[in-house]
Amino acid sequence: MEPLLAMQGIIKRYPGVLALSGVDFTLQAGEVNCLVGENGAGKSTLIKVLSGAIVRDAGSIRIEGNEAHLDSPADAQRLGIGVIYQDFKLVPALTVAENILLGTEPVVGRSPFIDRKGMDEKASAALGLLGEEIDTRSPVGHLSVAKQQMVEIAKALSRNVRILAMDEPTAPLTEWETANLFKVIRSLKDRGVGIIYISHRLEEIFEVGDRVTVLRDGAFVHACGINEIDRRGLIRKMVGRELENEYPRAVLARGTEILRIENLSSDRVSNVNLTLYRGEVLGLAGLVGAGRSELARLVFGADRRTGGRIFLDGKEIAPESPHEAIREGIGLLTEDRNRYGLIMQMSIRENISLSSLRAMLTGPFIDRRKEETAARQLSDDLRIKAPDTGVIVENLSGGNRQKVVLARWLNTKARVLIFDEPTAGIDVGVKYEIYTLINRLAREGIGVIVISSDLPELLGICHRVAVMCEGELTGIVEGTEATQETVMTYAHKNRR
Amino acid sequence: MTSDRITRKLSGEFGIGIAFILEFALFAFASPYFFTPDNLLNVSLQASITAIIAAGMTFVILTGGIDLSVGSLVAFAGIVATSLLKTGLPPAAGFAVAIVTGLAIGALSGAFAGFCITRFNIAPFIVTLATMTIWRGAAFVWTDGRPVWELPEGFAFLGTGRILAVPVPTIIMILTFIASHVMLTRTRFGRYVYAVGGNIEAARLAGIRTGRVLINVYILSGALAALSGILLASRMNSGQPNAGVAYELDVIAAVVVGGTSLSGGAGSIVGTFIGAMLIAVLRNGLNLLNVNSYVQQVIVGVVILLAVMLDQIRRKRK
Repeated sequence: MEPLLAMQGIIKRYPGVLALSGVDFTLQAGEVNCLVGENGAGKSTLIKVLSGAIVRDAGSIRIEGNEAHLDSPADAQRLGIGVIYQDFKLVPALTVAENILLGTEPVVGRSPFIDRKGMDEKASAALGLLGEEIDTRSPVGHLSVAKQQMVEIAKALSRNVRILAMDEPTAPLTEWETANLFKVIRSLKDRGVGIIYISHRLEEIFEVGDRVTVLRDGAFVHACGINEIDRRGLIRKMVGRELENEYPRAVLARGTEILRIENLSSDRVSNVNLTLYRGEVLGLAGLVGAGRSELARLVFGADRRTGGRIFLDGKEIAPESPHEAIREGIGLLTEDRNRYGLIMQMSIRENISLSSLRAMLTGPFIDRRKEETAARQLSDDLRIKAPDTGVIVENLSGGNRQKVVLARWLNTKARVLIFDEPTAGIDVGVKYEIYTLINRLAREGIGVIVISSDLPELLGICHRVAVMCEGELTGIVEGTEATQETVMTYAHKNRR
Repeated sequence: MTSDRITRKLSGEFGIGIAFILEFALFAFASPYFFTPDNLLNVSLQASITAIIAAGMTFVILTGGIDLSVGSLVAFAGIVATSLLKTGLPPAAGFAVAIVTGLAIGALSGAFAGFCITRFNIAPFIVTLATMTIWRGAAFVWTDGRPVWELPEGFAFLGTGRILAVPVPTIIMILTFIASHVMLTRTRFGRYVYAVGGNIEAARLAGIRTGRVLINVYILSGALAALSGILLASRMNSGQPNAGVAYELDVIAAVVVGGTSLSGGAGSIVGTFIGAMLIAVLRNGLNLLNVNSYVQQVIVGVVILLAVMLDQIRRKRK
């Protein structure tokens, strides 16, 4: 039988870059084919070609054996191809039903008026296929991220999608929501939809995938059934070499206290007590929404404190803004580097120096030579891949962008650095580099806190893991006794 | 690699620069009088009033904001300065008090607008729409709708005088642009302006006091509008309550034609300078060619649209 989708020899060139060099990809009806590879491997480009967002330079695309004419998003929609992007393409102010039927609204008879009742019925039907009950009249902007994702999937279903690509769909979801998404994916499979699943979380790929296709540097590397490969083998295919140890943990002696917080509270965090020592990497675990990022933002002065005290090297500090926190020597690598970390239109150099311009001055002017020297040194040190430091960060891959933010904080000479989801959406090779860097910082005597939703990662690199649940600190687990089970027990402690 | 860097540097103002040179060549070819020192100095004088305001507006627009109050501030600062000239102080002291107070009014207005924007989180468009109305009204209230006449000898020098044949407003404009360019490209404040316009939350989390940056750009815009108001009053040798009506639109046009993005984060002072000159040269050239003034408006509008379209196409290509 002809496969549902067969892409062959897909080539896409950008000025100076061969983004896809003859990639093959096949998808059967009713299967989940996971597309994996490091950042810059060409996964997103391939999906963009499939969605008609960009036009391929060469190669053929066949759907059920027929050559597909695919030059625009409209073509893709006509062919039954849907893509769920990380940032949803929904209109927040419109209702659920309006979003699902956007552009395909039913009308009353032949009048120009929208049939509101018909709309609600159609939208409910599409949601019903997913086993979702969402009020079709509430504005999409009021829904949780997980519900918005369901609306996005329902929207694709209402357009009779046969091929559905999902780009990192679980990144913003809690564990429970992820389980629900997988249930939906399985029911879509039963309906004969072919699913292309992109994720950096390898556990998910083994849980939900039927087949896996590996890309590296824009080229097809490997494709096989999910049962024919193990985690280690998959990483080897992605990276192109053997990674001796996925999580390097430094053996360190715990030193003196560097940061202590007492009864720290805000509207999202209640009465947290925590001490951080030199020479350790302290993990902060918990479910999404447990208050980990909020705790970090409190220490960093980004949110309003309602109570509690913070001591840095024994001296009380009370940062009222990030500006003050940085002057005291605290740095926060925020989650979602694109939204909260980088100034996209600025160069690597300008992004690196942004928090330490005071040190780059000669008189009232920024000394370009000092700035360039610092930026060059850090970008060499962290192996940021770019021809020079004048490259605009928008043109960098996710891993390199994260390194730019890292470089910025290293340049501030912070005494305490908090990393919020430092490896989200980053490929295995760069993850390893970031772990190594975190270890190096701890060894140099900088206090390091790492927040991560990737539990194996936290257990792999941290010496102690503090666990939060619903704004409270529910437990601290020593590295030797830390297991996924103990951490998850604390993470659910306050829940019924 | 180096050539790559140079193109990156130039690409911002490249398109508009070419357009400007073409326009220049076209008028020089069509009118024998156009390319004479007299005429070019004249163009610079005509451009100076809005160009000076446009320098300040560039900072505001770079942060993603807008300042609609500049036209009204031209009038109000002019009125206040000219009124103070008539208090009977000795000339030197009188001039100083008048000019400093005029500038201070602009700066205070900007500080007030910036405060409302940052503290109460009101859109810049709304806040400066309000201050625009307030200052225009204040100018009429202060003068009872009548111009301030009979100014002391010497005040007219600011707006009409020449130093080595170069009009004083032209010199002030050039100094303003040099200072603005240096401020924007070489100081921390300038860098922060781009950062705030590019991503205000990321800028705050990088330790930038974003509120302070915003207030400062409105202070700068207000002060430069006031400076222009004083120059205009000097040139007309009177304070006019209806001076500078709709200047904000000419100013925004110059900034936007110069390639600064209304959504903030991208643009330059050099671009604004070329943008202001492009529009001034266009008006001058059309005058020399005896183009009907109604038709001129149509042409200027079309050129603004074309310039911005070209810029968009160039950005897309990248």
